[in-house]
Amino acid sequence: MSRRPITEDDLHAYVDQALEPERRAEVASYLDDHVDVAERVAAFAAQREQLRGALASIADEPLPAALNLSHIIESRKRRPSRAWAAIAALLLLGLGGLGGWTMRSLLPDGSSGLSALAQEAAYSYGVYAPDRVRPVEIRASDSAELTQWVSNRLKQPVKVPDLAVSGYRLMGGRLVATSHGPAAMFMYDDDHGNRLVVLTRPMSSPDQATPMLPQSTGDVAGFAWADRGMGYTLVGQLPADTLKPIANEIRKQARPI
Amino acid sequence: MKDMLVQVEPLIPALRRYARALVRDRAAADDLVQDCLERAVSRWHQRRDGSVRAWLFTILHNLAVTQFRQATARGRHMPIDDAGEQELVSAAAQEHRVIYQDVLNKLAKLPEEQRAVLLLVAVEDLSYADAAAVLNIPVGTVMSRLSRARERLLQEMDGVAPGNVVALRSMK
Repeated sequence: MSRRPITEDDLHAYVDQALEPERRAEVASYLDDHVDVAERVAAFAAQREQLRGALASIADEPLPAALNLSHIIESRKRRPSRAWAAIAALLLLGLGGLGGWTMRSLLPDGSSGLSALAQEAAYSYGVYAPDRVRPVEIRASDSAELTQWVSNRLKQPVKVPDLAVSGYRLMGGRLVATSHGPAAMFMYDDDHGNRLVVLTRPMSSPDQATPMLPQSTGDVAGFAWADRGMGYTLVGQLPADTLKPIANEIRKQARPI
Repeated sequence: MKDMLVQVEPLIPALRRYARALVRDRAAADDLVQDCLERAVSRWHQRRDGSVRAWLFTILHNLAVTQFRQATARGRHMPIDDAGEQELVSAAAQEHRVIYQDVLNKLAKLPEEQRAVLLLVAVEDLSYADAAAVLNIPVGTVMSRLSRARERLLQEMDGVAPGNVVALRSMK
């Protein structure tokens, strides 16, 4: 007989009734021949039944009013939109930050183009990141469509950075308007709900390649750089030393195709 | 929001059960579930394709873990032996109470990560892949934690005469 050896995983899957019928039969016939293993498996199964029995009554209790989902949905609708509050706050921040941005552009490091780019990203972050309904226009599940759309509009092949190594998943993206024309915005989040925005667009001639520089507007901070004519920026509400390695990862990936 | 109501509402009892088995305090557990539902409502449009059930358990589990960490950081620790036992089994049938009480006491002594796996798989019927997604660990790790949890629970149950222990406990 040449069947696959029975593994510990098979035994647990047997207890959890997670095996395909064929494999289940193989495990059952193995257990018939191995009494000591069968006893252990039976003990696991008994344990499982006890746990389920002990906890079953909790799921039968009537739900308290606080857990009434219709109420929760209703109370959210009545609350003023947090997105609008965020936009208002951002406009104020923008006014306050403007002085700083202007000063930055006077610095002799040629960063004015990057500053503008980072500012655009911060504004996009402020508008879209707090949006609970439609933070992105095209979702990550349609990332091919997203890539094609923004590449066409930017007249540049654009790669969507993959930030899985940094613990961030692509939510999706959209095209945003800037005073320098269209830019591609990509949004990411992690398991804790932290959101990041990556903004990229072609740079004007003096800023074709510029080293990575830290940027900040209010509590939205990040990094910006330019490479072979394209400007990139990563912003979020996280400390600079958290964002820096992520920015490096994007720079590594986002070299023009 | 209609589809959300239809898909989420039937899962609330299971979320409550998981939360209470994890934190062992009725009020604290229901607070977690409420927090979870509020997040689910506000993030409904952001969820990825896939199981709504696994998505909800992920939100709930992360909230519970955050709360555990905060409690630990504040130096507060819920004593295992008298934390909310009666709340867990109050409604259980009388003849099963002793056995149920015993298995829950043993469950409470497992490390949190093993307890979470065992509850998600054996009680909440999540597939191994969904449990892995909820806990953000590889499936192989789910299997090894499940195995350790079951072995340990078995040893605990063999090691002492359950009847005696429960009898003593229920007298206090």
